[in-house]
This record gives sequence, C-alpha cells and structure tokens, in this order.
Amino acid sequence: MRLTQGAFSFLPDLTDEQIKKQVEYAISKGYAIGIEYTDDPHPRNSYWDMWGLPLFDVKDPAAAMYELASCRKAKPNVYVKISGFDNTIGTESCAMAFIAQRPANEPGFRLERQETQGRFIRYTLSPYATEKPEGERY
Amino acid sequence: MSQSVEERTRIKSERYESGVIPYAKMGYWDADYVVKDTDVLALFRITPQPGVDPVEAAAAVAGESSTATWTVVWTDLLTACDIYRAKAYRVDPVPGSSDQYFAYIAYELDLFEEGSLANLTASIIGNVFGFKAVKALRLEDMRMPVAFLKTFQGPATGVVVERERLNCFGRPLLGATVKPKLGLSGRNYGRVLYEGLKGGLDFLKDDENINSQPFMRWRERFLYAMEGVNRAQASSGEVKGHYLNVTASTMEDMYERAEYSKEVGSIISMIDLVIGYTAIQTISKWARKNDQIMHLHRAGNSTYARQKNHGINFRVICKWMRMAGVDHIHSGTVVGKLEGDPLMVKGFYNTLLDVKTEINLPQGLFFAQDWASLRKCLPVASGGIHCGQMHQLVNYLGDDVVLQFGGGTIGHPDGIQAGATANRVALESMLMARNEGRNYIEEGPQILRDAAKTCGPLQTALDLWKDISFNYTSTDTADFVETTTANV
Repeated sequence: MRLTQGAFSFLPDLTDEQIKKQVEYAISKGYAIGIEYTDDPHPRNSYWDMWGLPLFDVKDPAAAMYELASCRKAKPNVYVKISGFDNTIGTESCAMAFIAQRPANEPGFRLERQETQGRFIRYTLSPYATEKPEGERY
Repeated sequence: MSQSVEERTRIKSERYESGVIPYAKMGYWDADYVVKDTDVLALFRITPQPGVDPVEAAAAVAGESSTATWTVVWTDLLTACDIYRAKAYRVDPVPGSSDQYFAYIAYELDLFEEGSLANLTASIIGNVFGFKAVKALRLEDMRMPVAFLKTFQGPATGVVVERERLNCFGRPLLGATVKPKLGLSGRNYGRVLYEGLKGGLDFLKDDENINSQPFMRWRERFLYAMEGVNRAQASSGEVKGHYLNVTASTMEDMYERAEYSKEVGSIISMIDLVIGYTAIQTISKWARKNDQIMHLHRAGNSTYARQKNHGINFRVICKWMRMAGVDHIHSGTVVGKLEGDPLMVKGFYNTLLDVKTEINLPQGLFFAQDWASLRKCLPVASGGIHCGQMHQLVNYLGDDVVLQFGGGTIGHPDGIQAGATANRVALESMLMARNEGRNYIEEGPQILRDAAKTCGPLQTALDLWKDISFNYTSTDTADFVETTTANV
C-alpha cells in the first residue's frame, strides 16, 4: 500500500532533481526547510522525528539537499518528508510538505472495528509496521 | 400668555418642528464627516426613484437603516441623537451608469449589539431594502471596525488549524459532492463516498438538500459515511472526511445531528446558509467547542447576490460568514457552471483569507479591512469544474481552497475511484510544475497530457471533458474607473 500523505504522493516518486526544485521554491517563498523521518506512518502522527532543526537561516538549496542525503543515509528504510515552514503572521505553520523517501515495503494499515451499542462502530486505525517496536519496523 | 400650554411648549427648533423634512436635512447627510476607526461602514449601490436627488436618497438609506422614521419625532431629543444617526458622507455616480450611485454610510459602533450578526443585519439590510424612495438598493461592501470584530468568534477551526488536523500542506484540498444528490440509500451513499476518498480525495460532501428524507434517514447516512471514511483512511494513510449535513427544522434537531456527527468520529459537519444567521453563529460556537470543522453551503445566496442593482453582494456574505464562524464557504470557481467573474471571485477569496485587505476596486473591495486575527475561512470551489481546467483553477484560486469535483469525479467512465485519482494526479502535477517555475498557465494542457502518461484515469478524463467550458458573461462585475494616481 502506498502512503499518500504529502503534496505529491500520487505522482511517481520524485527524483533528487525534482526535490531540489521544490526546495528552491520553498526557499524563494521564505519558508524554512524541515527534514523529518518516521517509522510510524499513522496519519495522526504529528511528530515525526526532526533531522536537526528546521533550516531557518539556510538560503542555499544545496545545503538542504545535503541534509536530506545525510538523513537518508542514517535512516535508509523509513519515511522521510520535506516540509516548508511559513512563520509569517496569519500562518505560522507548515506551508508545504511532501514525502522524499519511503521504505521498500509499505504494509499499510489495519482497520479495527469495535462493535459497541446498537449499530454504532468505533474505528481504530493502526499501521501494521508499528506492531513491532520503534527502530525495528521496516 | 394667551397661548395654550401645548402651543407654549411646542418645539421651535426648525429641525424638530413636527412634519416631514428631507432626510439630508435631518442630519443623515454630512459631506464633511470624518470617519472614525470604530465606525461600521457600508457602501450601497442606490438607484433612486426618478426625480429623487441622490444625496437625499443616500441620506434616506442612512436614516432608515439607523434611527429615522418618515417623520420628525420629538423623542429624538431624549437621546444623544446626533451620535446615533448614521451619516451618508459620500455619493459618487456609478461609472458607466446613468441612474445608479455609490453611497458611503458610517454607523456609530454603539448602534449594534456585540457579536450579533442578526442585530447588525436587522439594521443594515432591514426595512431599508423595501424603501419606496429607492427603486433598487444593493449592499456592495462593508468595513467592520476591529473593535466590533473582536466581539465575534470567527471561524471555529480556520484554514491553518484545519490543515494541521488533516495533515495536508501545500496543496488545495480535493472534494466531491455525492451524486445523485437525492435518492440513494445510506448503504449506497457510503459506497460513493468510499470510492471517492479511496481514489484520492480528502473530502466527500452531502449536498445542500440532503437532510433526512424518506429514502435515507440521517442516522443511516452518518453511520455508513463513517464506514467509508475509515476504510479510505486505512487504504491511504491520510486523514479524510465527509461533510455531514446537520441542517434540520429546529435548532434542537441540529444539535442532535451535530452531536451524533461528532460521536461517530466525523471531523467535519455541514450547514446550509438558509438556516439563518443566528443558527449559523450558534452551530459555529458548538463547532469550536467540539473540535468540529464547520462547512457552509451557500444555498439560497443567488436569490439576492446575483443581480447587480438590488440585493447583497456576495463579498458581504463572505465577510459576515467569516464573522459568524464557519470554516468553509462556497465562493465560486471562475471557470465552472455557476456565476463568477474572475476578479470578483478573487475579491471573495481575499475577503475570506486575508489578514488585512487593501482597497481594490477591480476586485470590488471598496474598503480596507483589518481582520483582527479572526481565523481564515476556506473558500470552496464547486460546480461544473473538471481536471482539464486544473491550470486555470490553480491560477485563479491558489492553494487555500477546496476544489470540489462532483460530476467531474463521479461522472468518470471508469468509476468514482478513477475519477478521484484523475483529479488528484492533475492537481499534484500542476502544483509541481508551478513550483518548478514553469509557465503552467500556458503549458497547462501539456502538463496534464504528460501526467496522464502514467495515469490512465487522467487520460480518460481529459479525453471525455476536453471541450467542456462554461463561457457566459457574468452578471456581477466591478464598476470602477481606473485612476492614474494611487491614494487619492
């Protein structure tokens, strides 16, 4: 199953050249590039681990690409995303995000249905990968 | 002293002599008035009856929408009436028209109850729209003072927090309205929803008139909808939603449906504009209290928003709805099947999304507006749009919008999932090209054809809808004269 979070997940995986162009765009908009990784792809996992701090004072796309490469090297088989943070008034939040690396195998999610009162069902979503402890998942 | 007591105590001031005097003379016209930061401002398009002086017509509108009645009343003198009188302070002929005038009117803040849209509108669009002295009247724009805005909640969730909850950044959201809008059973309805969400949409949507009819009572819909939403979340790893329409005949029924929407785990509920301003404000407060996003379908607005000479311009509705506290509002597509001049629509979007709005006459924005940190309301583009127009949609509507393809998803020959995927791929490929700095407006059709090489459903959709466009002249367009100097 392909995890389709992020802005470009319905397209073929981005090449480094394509990623660099998106990074250039983000920097041109004044966004701070963040690189984050995780082995828990639950859609409500808001806190992927940060590969260092967001690059608030980096204006050179090459520096961001270098950090992406370092992150991939250290974390070769997990999800990595690139985000652009916009700290201007009225936003002060993430303004773009897309996946820049995926594990080789994406097993997807289990949907648990708990039958409760009457016809009411309580749903729980859990990534198959997180049945194993952190660090051993992919 | 031969006079009677009535004669002796009769008010002698010319202004308060009993009888009928022109509104302008009653104090509702003041060409030298200096607008205060705390004033509520309104711009009306007035068509006076033949023979009525435009200044007198403007004063009459100011009078009837504030303190006046048709005749002089001595009880005015029991109040600080000079302050409470609204003042028309500027009247300009409408460019290109022989009988219409733009009238600017200032209202003292204390004329209005804090945080009440119903109270505001009862004055501004109350009796005055039926006033005989004007042939037609249209409320074009308003400026709300910061002091007044601070008494309104504003969008329950807002664009930024909605995106954080959805975990979706840097692209428009994608949606679709379930079709056929009436007649499906709950179980079949949920099927449409599941297919669309699984295919790549973020939201499906109830239509404005789906409430609780004999063919599908509301609980059936809510339960099956959540099965569809949860199944699609599991198949994509994305947060998804379905706008559950909680519109009902009484507020009690609406609360019951909204509570159930929350209980079944929906992140978003929906209401129609026809429920009225008080119900909208009420449900928006409920939404903030209950972590729900509140979608507003503008059902009914074109009955008064479309014609240029009479009614309320939709930008005013946008302003009021942002104050009332909804998170989504349908505000035009430019290229779709419903009314919408590109610049006018841009003005609506700016009204919903800006932190501060500047005067922009081509967009129909007559006043600068500081939004006083009220959250942003997400515009929804819905009605006759399809993936072949993606470059135009991205160009006109930007990133902060829900693009809703109803027929453009469900009408796909290979099924709903294929339709949804075509839309998502078209959107993502267009944004990627734009961000890369390509001239995506010119190259749009080629960018879509290239993306279709690895996406069969997109190719099918492009072939099917390639000739569909809705090129009709808009009825609601801006009236202004270009001036060569700024700040005059």
